[in-house]
Amino acid sequence: MNTTDKPLLVLGAGIAGITAALEAAEAGGEVLLVEREPYLGGRVARNHLYFPKLCPPLCGLEINLQRLQRNPRIRVLTSTSLVAAERSGSGWRVVLESRPAWIRDNCTACGECARVCQTTVPDPFNLGMNQVKAVRLPHAAAWPHRYILDHDACSPEELEAIRRACPVDAVDLQAQPTRQELEVTAVIVATGWQPYSPARLDNLGAGQLPDVISNVQMERMAAPGGPTDGHIKRLSDGQPPQRVAFVQCAGSRDVNHLPYCSGVCCLASLKQALYVKEQLPDCQVDIYYIDRRALGRNEDVLTRVEATEGVRLVKGKVGEIKPAADGKLSLRLEDVEAGRLVDASADLVVLATGMVPNLAVDGLPLEIPLDDDGFARDDESARIFAAGVARRPEEVAASTRDATGAAAKALVAARRA
Amino acid sequence: MEKVGVFLCTGCGIGSALDCSKLQEVASEAEAAHFATHDCLCGKEGRALIDRAIAEGTVDAVLLAACSQREKAEVFQFDRTRVAAERLALREQVVWSHPAGEEDTQMLAEDLMRMWLARLQRESLASPLEEQIEPAVLVVGGGLAGLTAALAASGLGHPVILVEREERLGGHLADVKEVHPEHPPYDELQPNPLPEKLAAVEADDNIEVLTGCRVEKIGGQPGQFEITLATAGGQQQRRAGAIIQATGAHPYDASRLEHLGYGRSPDVVTAPQLEQMLAAGKLARPSDGRRPDNIVFVQCAGSRDPEHLPYCSSECCLTTLKQVAQVGRDFPDSRCLVVYRDLRAPGQFEHFYRAVQEKSRAAFTRGLVERVDTGGQHLQVFYQDQLLNEPGMLEADLVVLATGMVPNSADGEAIREVIDAQARIDKNESEKQVQDAQKIVDELGHHRGTEILNLEYRQGPDLPVLRYGFPDSHYICFPYETRRTGIYVAGALHAPMDYSQALEDGWGAALKAVQSISLAGEGQAVHPRAGDISIADFFLQRCTQCKRCTEECPFGTLNEDEKGTPQYNPLRCRRCGICLGACPERIISFPEYSVDSVASMIKAIEVPDEDEEKPRVIAFLCENDALPALDEAAARGLKWNPWVRVIPVRCLGAVNTVWIADALSRGIDGVMLIGCPSGDDYQCHYIRGSELAKTRMSNVQETLERLTLESERVLVEECSRHEWRKVVELIEKFAETIDEVGANPYKGF
Repeated sequence: MNTTDKPLLVLGAGIAGITAALEAAEAGGEVLLVEREPYLGGRVARNHLYFPKLCPPLCGLEINLQRLQRNPRIRVLTSTSLVAAERSGSGWRVVLESRPAWIRDNCTACGECARVCQTTVPDPFNLGMNQVKAVRLPHAAAWPHRYILDHDACSPEELEAIRRACPVDAVDLQAQPTRQELEVTAVIVATGWQPYSPARLDNLGAGQLPDVISNVQMERMAAPGGPTDGHIKRLSDGQPPQRVAFVQCAGSRDVNHLPYCSGVCCLASLKQALYVKEQLPDCQVDIYYIDRRALGRNEDVLTRVEATEGVRLVKGKVGEIKPAADGKLSLRLEDVEAGRLVDASADLVVLATGMVPNLAVDGLPLEIPLDDDGFARDDESARIFAAGVARRPEEVAASTRDATGAAAKALVAARRA
Repeated sequence: MEKVGVFLCTGCGIGSALDCSKLQEVASEAEAAHFATHDCLCGKEGRALIDRAIAEGTVDAVLLAACSQREKAEVFQFDRTRVAAERLALREQVVWSHPAGEEDTQMLAEDLMRMWLARLQRESLASPLEEQIEPAVLVVGGGLAGLTAALAASGLGHPVILVEREERLGGHLADVKEVHPEHPPYDELQPNPLPEKLAAVEADDNIEVLTGCRVEKIGGQPGQFEITLATAGGQQQRRAGAIIQATGAHPYDASRLEHLGYGRSPDVVTAPQLEQMLAAGKLARPSDGRRPDNIVFVQCAGSRDPEHLPYCSSECCLTTLKQVAQVGRDFPDSRCLVVYRDLRAPGQFEHFYRAVQEKSRAAFTRGLVERVDTGGQHLQVFYQDQLLNEPGMLEADLVVLATGMVPNSADGEAIREVIDAQARIDKNESEKQVQDAQKIVDELGHHRGTEILNLEYRQGPDLPVLRYGFPDSHYICFPYETRRTGIYVAGALHAPMDYSQALEDGWGAALKAVQSISLAGEGQAVHPRAGDISIADFFLQRCTQCKRCTEECPFGTLNEDEKGTPQYNPLRCRRCGICLGACPERIISFPEYSVDSVASMIKAIEVPDEDEEKPRVIAFLCENDALPALDEAAARGLKWNPWVRVIPVRCLGAVNTVWIADALSRGIDGVMLIGCPSGDDYQCHYIRGSELAKTRMSNVQETLERLTLESERVLVEECSRHEWRKVVELIEKFAETIDEVGANPYKGF
């Protein structure tokens, strides 16, 4: 394939962005992969296991990160965001801003800095469920495998101690944000998603009741090395739950919240029901749903869950969750078809919250055609292509397919004069 | 390599935990050509130190005694045609995971130094393939996915040969007028996107279209496929660099759904039959031509059913919604009733579902249809209401079965088994053999005649399939990978999908096809080892034609001549090394990974006498899963037994059992292999490596018996990438077992 020196810009290095970047680069394209977090992997890096195979995301990420490190055609910028973009010729001239890199890329991840650091902060990787040191790896398997520093959380004395502790002089307390301007041939928008805000689900106790958690929190809880070291438990009293309720469509398929179906929450809950049963075989699991949307081969997970003793799948939409007198939680279901209200109980509730495209919340300084829900559409004439959940609510298997397709579209566009 | 230089990093605690001058002595005893230390080898100065030694000709190979091979990979890249390079993970495998300053820790470091030096001394430089590569892409199947793939490959600058077995292009969509909406606001029917694609293909001079055409034969390898096509006008020859199979799916055979009335009444039709009526603008009962008052749609007709298709066909709910919308608009007097188990309109299709519910008079009932009675004046649809848990019945004038999709794949491996079994029957060597072979023919014989690609591959004429007949290999992370290099799948053959996904899927498959051509041109392996320019060497003079390599290669790389001698097709090769693991004669080698070079690592381990009570254990770890898990364990501060020497391998299938015999006969007390989970939901990037390792262990047990050694001395275990705690537990447990079993009596021999 003919390539020009100008790269293709991939915004976002979750599984869609990584895939688009790698597939384009292995096909001979030059790629600039830009990620706003200090590490690659996005949402999937936080997932314990993938459905339907119940295999670890880190396995595929491992291969992808090895591919990426070996490939001279990909340049990666982390902690970096797009701040401006304008059409230039047939491509784009973009301005990228990198946050101050308090720790330079010669960091060897030896950990000496963390030994002298006393300050702790809520761990953003684990959604604030535990405390971590202000200087740390973003997570154990993070790539780049390099420490990060919460500069503002530390006193000047502590910062200085951290700087001195580094044997390779990687700590730069004078670091400034940096900007660079460059030409790119086309843009792939793979900016991903965030969970629907729990604050808007106060009727379900989200963010108020400690034992009502989101499905993304459940992923971290089940992960070895996560905030509870892999133990599924109630955050209120640390006890293992005896009855877990999964509330499907928490904010999805609802014109007052997200009018669309998020496409993955059914499978996420079915998978998480299996996490619970594996760890706590005697625990009762109830899944309250509208439709069980396990498409394609994902049906296997539903089949497996249906065959698992102690798991009930109950049709009904949960409208309200309140604390009960016995320390448990009381759920009120609207049984839509039968037209009645039913009460149920649980001691841990997992809200299957939907996916909101980051584009709908944070936007981008780039004119991207969006649908009413904030999902991006391709704009062939402007050479902007969308991939992953930036494009539509979908599972990983569909994201990796779409991302490969987006790479093809961008390379085709770049070939045109 | 002749001049191996050791570059010892003393950073990250290595220098303070180990006696580095002693390591230098060990290196010098092992005939290292050069030894240098630096306190930050991955820094600019460190790298410059290495580059200087290479430039001055002091070294032709570098051993980086530093951190894991997974760290700082971007810093430690070398031109493998000029320099061989390996990593000795002193940081993760020694100083982070063992107490500093102890004798056992130092012994471990010294052993690893000897092992890796011996390894590098037996490696050689890679010389990449330089082959003539054909740029054309062959697309098999001219439905929506195939058309999209053809246009995409053409757009990427490659000539395309598009073959379609029917006389016209278009596949199932050829008869469709409208489709469910893929454009915002997702609430109106959309025109079929097919005509636009057809016009674009017709206008593209870079795409050669052959209809009424079948693939008769495909020989060669990626970059050099030789294709024979059968058309009405006779045979035609083409060359292509890569292949996209987009042969689609067919509706599930409704004649097997007699309980739903199909075949018992002409008024029980399938969704494609209704589609034809709607496209023709005519809604009429086949029995009497009357317009139906009540139409009942039966969802999951043959899908989500272990008796029929266990999976969900993904598009039937959407097609039903579309047909309901069409009926509601064009035939407002006909009422639609949909009986469904779960209404599956994922993502933005929820908008369409809502619009259909709001705009049409259709009723949706959640239930499982048990039977359709056709005897009376009306059709009667009996179902179990899943909500109220009571039976229900609906009367209908027309019943539409939303039949599922069956991929148009051919099970290449099954076909090969039948061919092999048939050959054994013809040979008629023993009654038992003939009986067993006949069993296979009876069971799998129906696969003969389903061939699509007709590959001239030893392992069968078509792509191997996963369960349910889909021919991909890693459908979550690497969705376009199949088990035949340079051949990719798209569309409904790939996975159950609706038209909007098939449109995207063609793009992805095209990129993969073009990518494989591009990598072949650069002499590189494809996924997952893109960038690897080494190829295998077969020392055929010593080959005994045992056929293990040709049978076990997961990617069909090897053909056989009449005698059974392997014929290597390097452009099909993924460099996993499974053939190397299979070969009992040790004749297969890669420049930097061979039976000899790994065996030399084993021989380099110093085995203390029994009375020193320092057992020695070798752990072969898959470098994609168990090794990263162990690195993570080390970084998290976990410790493990210092008797264990880790040897990373490309895949557990790339472990030759001769290494185990070598180790045990040299007095090594135990050998463990840790690879990824096998089975249907395997995690192996080379498909069967872990599984093969287990089956090969039966040979090892024979070796153990011959040596009169305990069977506990060899163990195969599984560990996933995220199981950092488990990998250490497995190692610890094995070390305990070995301690209990006692010393290997072969020590000192």
